[in-house]
Amino acid sequence: MRRLWRSGEPFIWLTGGALAIALIMVAGLVGLILYNALGFFWPADVARLALRDGVVMTGEIVQRELADGKQDEYRVKVKVANRDLYGSDFVWVDEARIATLSYPDDVAVVERTEWGLLIGTLQELREDGRAVATGPAAVAAELERRLPDVERLRREIYRLERKEIGAINYAQEQARLQLRRLALRGVTEGPEVEAQQRRIAELQKDYEAQAQRLAALRTQERASVLVAADDGKEKDLPLAQVIDVHFPNRMGVLAKSAHYAGKVWAFVSDNPREANTEGGVFPALFGTVMMVMIMSVLVTPLGVLAAFYLREYARQGTFVSAVRIAVNNLAGVPSIVFGVFGVGFFIYFVGGTIDRLFFAEALPTPTYGTGGILWASLTLAILTIPVVIVATEEGLAAIPRGTREASLALGATKLETTLRVVLPAVMPSILTGLILAMARAAGEVAPLMLTGVVKLAPALPVDGFWPFVHLDRKFMHLGYHIFDVGFQSPNVDAARPMVFTTTLLLLTIVVCLNLFAIGLRNRLRRKYATAAV
Amino acid sequence: MAGNVQVSASLNPHAAPASVMETPMVEIERLSLWYGAKQALREVSMAVPKHRVTAYIGPSGCGKSTLLRCLNRMNDLVDGVRIEGAVRIGGTDVYDPALDVTELRKRVGMVFQKSNPFPKSIFENVAYGPRILGVGSRSDLDGIVERSLRAAALWDEVQDRLNESALSLSGGQQQRLCIARAIAVEPDVLLMDEPCSALDPIATAKIEELMLELKNSYTIVIVTHNMQQAARVSDYTGFMLLGELVEYGVTRQLFTNPRDKRTEDYITGRFG
Repeated sequence: MRRLWRSGEPFIWLTGGALAIALIMVAGLVGLILYNALGFFWPADVARLALRDGVVMTGEIVQRELADGKQDEYRVKVKVANRDLYGSDFVWVDEARIATLSYPDDVAVVERTEWGLLIGTLQELREDGRAVATGPAAVAAELERRLPDVERLRREIYRLERKEIGAINYAQEQARLQLRRLALRGVTEGPEVEAQQRRIAELQKDYEAQAQRLAALRTQERASVLVAADDGKEKDLPLAQVIDVHFPNRMGVLAKSAHYAGKVWAFVSDNPREANTEGGVFPALFGTVMMVMIMSVLVTPLGVLAAFYLREYARQGTFVSAVRIAVNNLAGVPSIVFGVFGVGFFIYFVGGTIDRLFFAEALPTPTYGTGGILWASLTLAILTIPVVIVATEEGLAAIPRGTREASLALGATKLETTLRVVLPAVMPSILTGLILAMARAAGEVAPLMLTGVVKLAPALPVDGFWPFVHLDRKFMHLGYHIFDVGFQSPNVDAARPMVFTTTLLLLTIVVCLNLFAIGLRNRLRRKYATAAV
Repeated sequence: MAGNVQVSASLNPHAAPASVMETPMVEIERLSLWYGAKQALREVSMAVPKHRVTAYIGPSGCGKSTLLRCLNRMNDLVDGVRIEGAVRIGGTDVYDPALDVTELRKRVGMVFQKSNPFPKSIFENVAYGPRILGVGSRSDLDGIVERSLRAAALWDEVQDRLNESALSLSGGQQQRLCIARAIAVEPDVLLMDEPCSALDPIATAKIEELMLELKNSYTIVIVTHNMQQAARVSDYTGFMLLGELVEYGVTRQLFTNPRDKRTEDYITGRFG
């Protein structure tokens, strides 16, 4: 036994085993997410279940498990959708109750702007109360002809709401603030005040004109489609609410793949609908990436400079050692603590002061004195600064003393040596620190919830209104989105696949950011340090 | 000790053939150095003649590297160092408080024991010193880099890959690159701190050959562990022991006919 241990074999097995367990856990995690996420957008076949008691159900079979207390009887979970008609999206059915199971060709799955999916048979397309097309095939053809126009109309309405009316609202708000500013200066009448008031009145006229246009557009599409669901229930769905219609049982693999790709694209590029449980996650995606970028821009110089002082200039001793230990410990502080600090210091103190000094006219509505992407990024910058400092310091320690001496011996000053020799040499380490910091920041949620993340942000932090980048705005974040969709939504069962797809997206972003930084680092390494002798 | 001194005569009364008038480049007067409480140099006085190779030999820890590093004030970087005495290079007092250390170091180049090229391209390594001096134009730099690499006998080996990392060179090439880098700023004095101790015999031979070449233009001071090397390349040799300059004189004289018993013991291998 003793000989066996001394041979070293058991220890090798122990180390290998530990690695294997770690890998299995990571692979299991990623596998579970992939399994649950990737299937979500696939247009699965829709089954029609005729039960022995005469009830008919149409829906996608999503799960199968042993029935309660039985050994060999299974039950299936059917996603029947039609929440507005049946009250719930899912139904459990014992397999023993099923008489026949079929996959009829004419079952349509309708994606709409409200109430989730609609599953049923297309009956009639109506316009102003009279039928334009009757029967599944005719309605489908007519829908295919009309849907592009519906989509165009929807986009036009969106553009009008966001861009044109948004611009008017923005200008009105600016004029109102200008009036307030004048009032604060004691100017309550005179040409300046009148000019602003005239401007507000003009904008109001513009607004009314646009609002009329909007109302006209909203009523322009008068057609509706009649869909027959199970149990003789019917739904007269206005065409304006229809986003997409497809017939999964008729689609081949190719058609399904095309549909899948379209859905994935919509997921990353669209705005969310129905309390985030439907639609896309573009604002959350955008917010996450922007927040990480701002954080990187803030944390890198700060961390690098601090590390340079600690390693290059400070006299090494007890005090510096204490600082170093403190910095390392900072990395272990729970992130919510940083969130609390962010609220107390950045938002209330710094933001409140900024508001009093520069945005007094908007008070009591806070501008910077409330959560926003800038404060969230700053909070995460503090959270990740130890990572950057430690990585940079290690890089600095690894640069041989001789390299610095060589530069000094050539008559370079300490500053020249630091900037021209040490900084380029330590660049890969800085990037390593940045990679770790970004990975940590992208996945952090708790401090963000306190410092500026919201369930639904009315506007992106970047838009077409001067100054284009609005660092005071609240934003959406994928991590919070996962929490919100998974645990705060009214329809958790239906939203669960969304949780996994959003998780997958977040992981993908973290991996992409990391790969980019790793690529950059390797390029630098190749450039400077090939095969040190 | 200004002007011409008769180095050999003053230090080595037995040196008959080499008793010529030499111009001193570096003059060291009663130089003592302490690292904290420990004294590393004891009242060292000597004159290093211009355009000659001067070697310091002695056992490890005898202070020869410390003495070398006093000449370009690299010891300033060490905490708790204290220096007494005077060093003059070309008549300038090295330890004058008004003196700009970086100016001094531009005139006194140094090559280190372990080759230490910057993690940059070969070109950038050599161009580093001139850039610090303010040479900006690419054509000037090209000229300096080529001249320096030729002087360091490295040009033929690297002219096709000037943009590759200096760390891709072999050990001997790296050390010659460091020499090229040091002479790119055209210093008066070139200090070499055991430049061959990490190299194989062939690379060592190349560098020794190079030193004989370079002494036509530069005053070279070399620290070496290797007595054969000192005998091969140097014109003058100083033997140091426990921080003291025991004996200093014409190399051949010192090796064949040492005046001091301790020198004799060392070079005959009785200790060290």
